Amino acid sequence: MAENKKNPVWELFSSVRLALFLLFTMAATSIIGTIILQNQPSNFYVEHYGANMARFMQALDVPDMYNSWWFMVILTLFSLNLIVCSLERIPNAWRLVTMDNLAAEPEGLKKMGLHRSIPLGGPLPVAVNKTAALLAGKGWKAERRDLDGATLLFAQKGAWTRFGVYIVHTSILIILIGSLIGSPRVAKDILKNPFYAFKGSVNIPETQQTDVIYSFLEGVGQLPLGFTVRCDFFTIDYYPNGMPKEYLSKLTVIEDGKVVLQQDVEVNKPLIYKGITFYQSSYQPYEDFIITVRNNRTGASTTELIPPAIEVPWKEGGARFGVINMEARGEAVSRIKIWFTDDQGEPSKFWLEPGREALIKRSTGDYTFSAKQLYATGLQVAKDPGVWWVYGGCGLMLLGLMVAFFMSHRKVWVLVSEERGKVTVLFAGNANKNKLGFEKTFAELADSLR
Amino acid sequence: MNSSQLFGFTTLLYLLSSAVYIALFVFKNKKIGAAGTVLAIAGVLAQTVALGLRWEESYDLGIGHAPLTNMYESLVFFSWCTALFYLFMEFKFKNRVIGAFVMPFAFVAMAYASFAKGMNQEITPLIPALQSNWLIAHVVTCFIGYGAFTMAGGLGVMYLLKKSALEKGLTRETLTGSLPDLRVTDDITHKTIVFGFLWLSAGIITGAVWANEAWGTYWSWDPKETWSIITWFIYASTLHARFTRGWSGSRIAWLAIIGFVSVFFTYFGVNYLLAGLHSYGQS
Ligand code: HEM
Repeated sequence: MAENKKNPVWELFSSVRLALFLLFTMAATSIIGTIILQNQPSNFYVEHYGANMARFMQALDVPDMYNSWWFMVILTLFSLNLIVCSLERIPNAWRLVTMDNLAAEPEGLKKMGLHRSIPLGGPLPVAVNKTAALLAGKGWKAERRDLDGATLLFAQKGAWTRFGVYIVHTSILIILIGSLIGSPRVAKDILKNPFYAFKGSVNIPETQQTDVIYSFLEGVGQLPLGFTVRCDFFTIDYYPNGMPKEYLSKLTVIEDGKVVLQQDVEVNKPLIYKGITFYQSSYQPYEDFIITVRNNRTGASTTELIPPAIEVPWKEGGARFGVINMEARGEAVSRIKIWFTDDQGEPSKFWLEPGREALIKRSTGDYTFSAKQLYATGLQVAKDPGVWWVYGGCGLMLLGLMVAFFMSHRKVWVLVSEERGKVTVLFAGNANKNKLGFEKTFAELADSLR
Repeated sequence: MNSSQLFGFTTLLYLLSSAVYIALFVFKNKKIGAAGTVLAIAGVLAQTVALGLRWEESYDLGIGHAPLTNMYESLVFFSWCTALFYLFMEFKFKNRVIGAFVMPFAFVAMAYASFAKGMNQEITPLIPALQSNWLIAHVVTCFIGYGAFTMAGGLGVMYLLKKSALEKGLTRETLTGSLPDLRVTDDITHKTIVFGFLWLSAGIITGAVWANEAWGTYWSWDPKETWSIITWFIYASTLHARFTRGWSGSRIAWLAIIGFVSVFFTYFGVNYLLAGLHSYGQS
């Protein structure tokens, strides 16, 4: 490390001054993206800021600034700063943790912030043992060294907490690494395997299935899943006041022709299969209907997906039916008019509310109708192999912050010396943090020898 | 008694408590200080009961959820966190004058929640995106942090006032005479920021986990997220400036104020001035 010290670049990256500058720069530049809407089509910027300004913005990647080269450069410099700065200081922390504290000069103890002399009776070895037992009783396990006419005891607590800071710094790096592992861009441009990590979406109409999804990243397009996902059912539940209460999709995962998983997916309750997560994110209503008819006399029944104004033949039932009219409340259809004939007399025409049943009596039997409006569920689909790194880093950060902020390295020396038959016990101590708290501990410790 | 009456009562108690603390600051009459504390404690108790009641009322409406889900409720909770944190610090550091710089925030938040135009005070059901236990973890952690940072901002102002009075050679008899020693204020400011930083970090992390559960991305640089990380950067710089470069006093006081402005913008400005996923403010 000695020759590195002379390297001005190394010097720069080991400085906290650079860290402060970079933190400030990240804070300041991050503001830009909160004021200028991100990821809009390019004519948006021309409209709002004029052609010249828009060109300037595009040149600097402002419309996607958090992924821009210059923001990445800042993040990279920040990471290097963090690494170099920590590497530079960890040896010192290591030295502080492992140093031989018994080598302390007896004279030096008196110069410490906290020290106290107490006279004690009895011969030296007895006094030493008594003091050591006292320390041990309070959880201070003492090492000892015999000096000339004296014995030095030393005990410490929380030496390892000196590394708390580095736990925090490492956690930041782990989070950044996790975000790279899970980055669709890295997967596409560096790993050349866009399937390794992606974010995308897919719309699946009810009763339909898909084995591909569509990546959000430009130039990737379709990604095959390697299995099939079917949407069996989609529904929206409302509160009495009309606010949406629940979006729910019943999804089925099919692999090699076998059903391997069936699950209800809601917002905040995604489906996860083979590291790929499906989130409920949107929906789309159609004017198509899923209609079920049953002839109650013969027991024959059918379920058909039918577009509006198309006549559907039902061969086994010997009948035909279709949707000839509908009424909508917003995008949700409130009722539909069904046309139905078994070719025996006048066709039946009747209104049916989705979710209800209608009973139609004909000479060929009693028919039960039910209908459901067709929806497509909109799913976000993500594969993020870095997420556990990120979560691990986050947990580590909280742990490290607690260590760095609330725990300290405390040291106590006790010099038991004998001069002209009189035994004196000199307490000395220090702590790297929470000095007030340690002062109390120290006072109690010294007092208890009386 | 229902929760909104109790919240009104809370607002009044916070107003009175602020007034007493300010009187203590201005007139330096130590005897009245205790009244400020008693009023503040009464306010926190009333508000605690009111929060519980509102929670229960939401169950009576059949849409039970913690009262943390719209701008009104978040302001109330912010006020509660600030007052509670202040009282905790008052007991720890045995100093009442600080109340004159903190309790008004608790009052203003309540008053704004109660009287601002267009503030919807009704208990509304939860839209699907908010139906998650992470909601509670996220809001609680963030707001404990916000409460601490509010206190730190107040302490920053207090520090600068005292400092400028000392520089002008004003004596103990003048207005700022009752303010605590600069060194004491500086120390409490630092401890408060450290505490807030831990909770803000936890708040950002719980938010990220929740976003990942609901949308499949733990970080999407939406304005609220971005401003929270800006705030985090500011406090991280403050800690490093102090810890490794020995900054203290006025510089830290200014950073505490700047940090608070950033908190305020994260919490408020983003909702009203910028667009994004966290659309609390529009309700
Ligand atoms: C946002 C990112 C960062 C966070 C959250 C962070 C966190 C921390 C924390 C919690 C401490 C302990 C402070 C205390 O005990 O009061 C600390 C100390 C420190 N940090 Fe950072 N840090 C960050 C970035 C950096 C960077 C980029 C550098 C590079 C120069 C750096 C250098 C230091 C140094 C030198 C110390 C003092 C260590 C010691 O000697 O005890 N930090 N940091």
